[in-house]
Amino acid sequence: MTPQDRKDLFKRGAIWAFILVELAFFSIVGDAISVSDKAFMNVDNMLLLLKQSAPIGIIALGMTIIMINGNIDLSVGATFALAAIVLLDSMTWPFMQSLGNWAIPLAWVFALLTGVALGAINGLIVWKTGVDAFIVTLASMLGFRGLVFMYNGEQPTSHLNWTLVDFAEAQFLGLHTATWFLLGTVLILWLVMTKTVHGRNAYAIGNNREAAVNAGIRVGPHFLLNFMLIGFLAALSAVVFYSESGSVNPNDGMLYELWAITAVVLGGTKLAGGYGSIISTLGGVIAIQLLRKGLGHIGADTQTVNLVIGLILIAVLILDRQLNRKGQEELKI
Amino acid sequence: MSDQTPVLRLEGIVKTFPGVRALDGVSFSVLPGEVHALMGENGAGKSTLMKVLGGIHAPNEGQIFIAEEPTVMTSPMQAKAKGVVFIHQELSLADELSVAENIFLGELPLKGLGRVDWAKLYADTDAILQTLNVGFDARTRVGDLSIANQQMVEIGRALTVDPRAVIFDEPTASLTDAEKVVLFEVIADLQSRGVGIVYISHRMEEIFKITDRISVLRDGQYRGTLNTAETDEDEVTQLMIGRSLDLSRNESHHQMGDIALEVRGLGCGSLFQDVSFAVRKGEVLGFYGLVGAGRTEIAETIFGLRTPSAGQILLDGQEVHISSPIDALRLGISLVPEDRKSQGLVLSMNCRDNMTLPQVDDLTAGPFVSDGAEVAIFDQYRDKLDIRTPGWRQIVGNLSGGNQQKIVIGKWLSMRPEVLIVDEPTRGIDVGSKSEIHNLIRDLAAQGFAVIVISSEMPEVLHVSDRIVAMHSGRVMREFTSDEVTEDNLIQAISGITEKIA
Ligand SMILES: Nc1ncnc2c1ncn2[C@@H]1O[C@H](COP(=O)(O)OP(=O)(O)OP(=O)(O)O)[C@@H](O)[C@H]1O
Ligand SMILES: [Mg+2]
Repeated sequence: MTPQDRKDLFKRGAIWAFILVELAFFSIVGDAISVSDKAFMNVDNMLLLLKQSAPIGIIALGMTIIMINGNIDLSVGATFALAAIVLLDSMTWPFMQSLGNWAIPLAWVFALLTGVALGAINGLIVWKTGVDAFIVTLASMLGFRGLVFMYNGEQPTSHLNWTLVDFAEAQFLGLHTATWFLLGTVLILWLVMTKTVHGRNAYAIGNNREAAVNAGIRVGPHFLLNFMLIGFLAALSAVVFYSESGSVNPNDGMLYELWAITAVVLGGTKLAGGYGSIISTLGGVIAIQLLRKGLGHIGADTQTVNLVIGLILIAVLILDRQLNRKGQEELKI
Repeated sequence: MSDQTPVLRLEGIVKTFPGVRALDGVSFSVLPGEVHALMGENGAGKSTLMKVLGGIHAPNEGQIFIAEEPTVMTSPMQAKAKGVVFIHQELSLADELSVAENIFLGELPLKGLGRVDWAKLYADTDAILQTLNVGFDARTRVGDLSIANQQMVEIGRALTVDPRAVIFDEPTASLTDAEKVVLFEVIADLQSRGVGIVYISHRMEEIFKITDRISVLRDGQYRGTLNTAETDEDEVTQLMIGRSLDLSRNESHHQMGDIALEVRGLGCGSLFQDVSFAVRKGEVLGFYGLVGAGRTEIAETIFGLRTPSAGQILLDGQEVHISSPIDALRLGISLVPEDRKSQGLVLSMNCRDNMTLPQVDDLTAGPFVSDGAEVAIFDQYRDKLDIRTPGWRQIVGNLSGGNQQKIVIGKWLSMRPEVLIVDEPTRGIDVGSKSEIHNLIRDLAAQGFAVIVISSEMPEVLHVSDRIVAMHSGRVMREFTSDEVTEDNLIQAISGITEKIA
């Protein structure tokens, strides 16, 4: 094992170690101040936690790919809301109602296609104009959100389909449907990023775009594909979440982009691109959800939770820098 | 040879950038199995010509022929598909990725469903690394390699396809002698397979050793082609810069002052140990050794970039503690780093701002940086170093490689340091400017500065130094005065053959 391997292993393990620390901390502190008579680390609680991680988790996984590629996508929250509206509203369309339960997969397809289309818009603009993804998706975030409001004003869009709710609440091998979607996405994206040419080229582009261009990699199509992928995942996240809840408010999904980015960064992916891992992002997602739940468990309110997450994020980044510097034979900066 | 069809031919190529006519009707051709040198001063347009050929720049006018077939090169990918492989002057690698992925960047082997065939990738890469005879494997992260090894990775890229023509743009700038030998073997092998080679370099010895013909560019214009066997360095230099140069050894002996900088028993972990030397005011001390001998690390330690694990540094006889470059600069020590791109320049900033970067604090008028003072400094060093740029507003990233290096040197010279350390000062610099930089170094010494020159080029060390320290794997092997040094005993010393003689 080379020192580099050891460093890599350490970096990848760090987020999981952090999760263990959180678990221990909340269990012990929860016991000590006994605000709740329930144990923190019980199985149901943990299964629920995974389920609750799914919506942002699925988006964060897509964001990992976008960021490895050297871009960013701020429009995912709005895409999420728009896909949710398409999902719920399409089931009320007359021809859909005549289809019985077949309307469900069709509604899913509509929602997912919406996500892919919105992602494609972002991707094409970034590719064809060369404008920075931050700016492009900032604009489309506002634009997509505008569409959400145009759809139904300030009113929520609702439609409850009990077959769908049953499906969403089902548990298979103990895990909820949403958790399966999350884990399935992890597996597929991990394969894409580590095993396919597209994934490896995404790393190369994010790491050194000029080198990639010089090597004859067509950067634009890779961008487009990744934006379509994250659009799809934002819609998938909506499908998973709204199948159960059945009602979408026009403000739903706001700030999801920032939570997703937080989870990705916590998982060690570089904001500048070229380095990152799908599995670590899953760790980042779980770590944040644990923090929220755990702080709730010991009686903290939402504001405190946000403050703590912010502080931890900064602490993690400082630590990460420190560790990276050690590796370089102590060349000071 | 002349009855063969050229593997590639360029005809009347014109390429302009805003404010620069980089190529002005250049024609050039390469025959199969030939090594064709492309020479010219910094900024003459060599890299630009090759970028036109490689599909990176579209020419304003002119035609490209591949095997006498008119071709429009639209992208690097297309050039590669046509069998034209380009080894870039500036390293063009993704440092978070493995060696294998970099070598096969853009052409990873597939095995269905878009999956990477890792087994094949690593096997193919290891085969290439075998021919290159390097000491790292396919899985190594490129960011963990030395610059020389990264250069070898870059060279490895030429070996992935069956090329028609390979362009080497200053491939040896950071290679050791042993690595150069390997490179020349690779070139000879390509040559024997009928591949046409374009070889860009500023090093005359290499050019005369391996090339068949030499074409010369000057200010974007084609100046002629010579048969290597029928010409000599002087003729090529004449063609390149319009005059001859004196590249003899340093014989000047001016008055030297007190010891300016002394180092006693300095060590830094495993990088180097027990290094002692002193440099006087008015003296040029050369550090010669193979890449990796620890010379750069010594310089970085003196400049406060590394923390020494043992030893003392004395300045004017006083022990000093330098814990950061800020300390070093305050004490009058400047370092011109070896890798200009990553250590010396802000590529996206203009020429003037790069040059005045370390001293903008001192150039203020009230709360604002004084434009006039900055421009004055820039103008002074542009003239002194003959930096070719349309003006100070030019972005440094757009300058030719050699002119970038001059900006870095100008930057530290303008600080007027007492002790100036220059690490590989003329890497990638043309013969004309090289001798100017050498003269500049000698001048600085004559004015009473203490100068330390680190170089891997023997003629350079011999030419500029008053004394030479020979290093081998982190240790000082021997110190020579310019009277006792010969090429032979210097080579012996740095290869670790001789016992340490005090
Ligand atoms: N992208 C660009 N934009 C503007 N000017 C450029 C650009 N690329 C090159 N130039 C200019 O074109 C001229 C030729 O540059 P080029 O890099 O071809 O020189 P070179 O012969 O390779 O020099 P060196 O030996 O220093 O590498 C220079 O004056 C340079 O400043
Ligand atoms: Mg060049």
